[in-house]
Amino acid sequence: MKERISSFLVHFELIVVSLFVLIPIVWIILSSFNPGDSLASSSLIPKKLTLYNYIRLFQETNYLVWFKNSFLIATFTAVVSVVLIMITAWVVSRFRFKCRRLGLIGLLLLSMFPNFLSMTALYTLYLTMGLLNHPLALVIIYAAGAIPYNVWLVKGYLDGISKEIDEAAYIDGCSYFSTFFKIILPMSKPIITYCAVSQFMFPWMDFIMPSMLLSTDNDNTTVAIGLYNMIAGKENDKFTMFAAGSILIAIPITILFIVFQKYLVQGVAAGANKG
Amino acid sequence: MTKKTSSTILSCLFWGSGQFFIGKQKLKGILFFVAQVLLFGIELISGYWFNFFAGQIPDFQIRLYGGYFTQGIWGLLTLGTVPGEDHSTYLMIHGIMSLMFLMTFLGIYIWNIVDAYCTGKAIEDTHTYLSSRAYGKKLYQKMFPYLVLTPILFVVLYIVVMPIIFSILTAFTNYNVNHLPPANLVQWVGLDNFKKLISIPIWSQTFVIVLVWTVIWAFLATFSTYFLGLFQALLINSKYVKHKSLFRSIYILPWAIPGMISLLMFRNLFNGQFSPLNQFLLDCGLIHSRIPFLSDAFTAKITIVAVNLWIGFPMFMVMLLGVLANQDVTLYEAAEIDGANKFQVFRRIKLPLLMKATAPLVVMNFVGNFNGFGFIYFLTNGGPNNSALQFAGDTDILISWIYKLTLDQNMYNMAAVLNILIFILVGVASYWNLKNTTAIKEM
Repeated sequence: MKERISSFLVHFELIVVSLFVLIPIVWIILSSFNPGDSLASSSLIPKKLTLYNYIRLFQETNYLVWFKNSFLIATFTAVVSVVLIMITAWVVSRFRFKCRRLGLIGLLLLSMFPNFLSMTALYTLYLTMGLLNHPLALVIIYAAGAIPYNVWLVKGYLDGISKEIDEAAYIDGCSYFSTFFKIILPMSKPIITYCAVSQFMFPWMDFIMPSMLLSTDNDNTTVAIGLYNMIAGKENDKFTMFAAGSILIAIPITILFIVFQKYLVQGVAAGANKG
Repeated sequence: MTKKTSSTILSCLFWGSGQFFIGKQKLKGILFFVAQVLLFGIELISGYWFNFFAGQIPDFQIRLYGGYFTQGIWGLLTLGTVPGEDHSTYLMIHGIMSLMFLMTFLGIYIWNIVDAYCTGKAIEDTHTYLSSRAYGKKLYQKMFPYLVLTPILFVVLYIVVMPIIFSILTAFTNYNVNHLPPANLVQWVGLDNFKKLISIPIWSQTFVIVLVWTVIWAFLATFSTYFLGLFQALLINSKYVKHKSLFRSIYILPWAIPGMISLLMFRNLFNGQFSPLNQFLLDCGLIHSRIPFLSDAFTAKITIVAVNLWIGFPMFMVMLLGVLANQDVTLYEAAEIDGANKFQVFRRIKLPLLMKATAPLVVMNFVGNFNGFGFIYFLTNGGPNNSALQFAGDTDILISWIYKLTLDQNMYNMAAVLNILIFILVGVASYWNLKNTTAIKEM
């Protein structure tokens, strides 16, 4: 009997929390199918469902262009940052050189500096170089900004791969780089996956850099900014359209997260211990 | 004169000449010399030095006629002298960049001298000449890390380090709404901004109030999510639950959904005027007037912490489930054999083990919340406004206050001061977090 009561209580709690987790999600999904325009006219449970908001999203806004911008920025950032991170981490993990300690401490310090506070300088730098309003110019900021934290992370991972393996490769006549490509990279797939996915997801939803460096001009902005602008005004007449737009970008990211959750969990755990 | 002295002296004057003439390493000597030519060439060609030497410029000013480097240094020191023409922040960035370039050349210069000495010494010791090619091979072996890292270092220097230096330097200027280039000049003001933060009551009060709320928020946010995560993990892991993965998949959703989307969703759900939640509660007769979820200072703070709980607990839950899955059950069995009851086992053994395993994660999460810009900005934008605070709302934390000072008020100098303070606070916390980890010890 006691067992049964405990079992009931445990399940009851789990189901209540599940409801708290699910209700807001269900609400926003239903809102996107709500016939009204604004928050005021969208009740918690809509009376009738329609695709009107999704159609409006594609007809009245440049959603596809924003989506393309975000996608390109995120993809390039993932690729460029993984290349930079892997090479740097490999060198600091495998080679001993004079400035190594200094460099590692420097990277650690840099990773503690709240990066968006450098926005004033980056704005001026981009202004002088004529890079404002170029979505792809953001890639270099994201990629460089990812180096300090992730190099520590990946270095920790690479330190865990036995050095005897690469020494064997050197004896067999491999050069530094062929060892890197043939031995190190294949063995660090999990951490590469983590870096690539997290570096894809971060720019996808970043708000500060695009809001500083891209104009709100419809063609050069990203999904994050576009969506924010829909509900930033006081009128609140685009709420259901915002809901539709949010669903469309939340779905791929959520799926990406769930597919790669094993790597993401490992990455977060390693990050707390710096590898 | 010995070979090493003459080689060193030669290379001091003309880079690489020691290596070229004494060491007979032609290629290396030329490469060093190219660096010197580049350094002087850039300076001479970008400036009006030739005209000056030819006597064509009687009234020589570095501001107008200096080259890349001299102008850079001049700009960094003065931040401009003619209002409307000199753009102080350009000059500052230009100055930082040219200084970084100069440091690079200084590094090459020192390397050149040390190398000249070593080359000379090697010849005296071994009486053989090392060819450039052999040296290059040796260099590739020894310098490989530097060769690979140099391009990456440059990217990091320009995109990450330069803005940070700029931001730190801004704290020592009067770069604010009254001194906006290009119309006005910015000046160096020493420690005035730091003094202002301490001595002007509205600044110091705002700083203290915002800092206290930032710390309270970070504590509440971190520990509420930690303990809910722990609780859910323990429940899911209990022997009564059959569908563990079902609950795990539901609970992971808030972590998987992009944070910005969730936050904006909650901002609408809790909207003061049109909140569907309020409407629903009113319709059910549970409340008689609308709850000011985000427009009353105290309620808004509770709302923010509650929303953070929704978004944040899955991360700890998943992490703790991972720890629970790998735990050593024999430890608990041993304790039970020794006569400990379930609660004692949990309180004295299980909980401390879980806490220890997740402590670094907690500190990292705390730092993340301390700088949790999105939570504040997307939910309340710092509001409700409070006129007793200097440009900050009731729910503003340090980082969102800095954002407002920068973007809305153009008070770059004060924002930079706060920036430095945050850096110190976060640095101390992270140092404390990492100092005993193997990552640092075995660095």
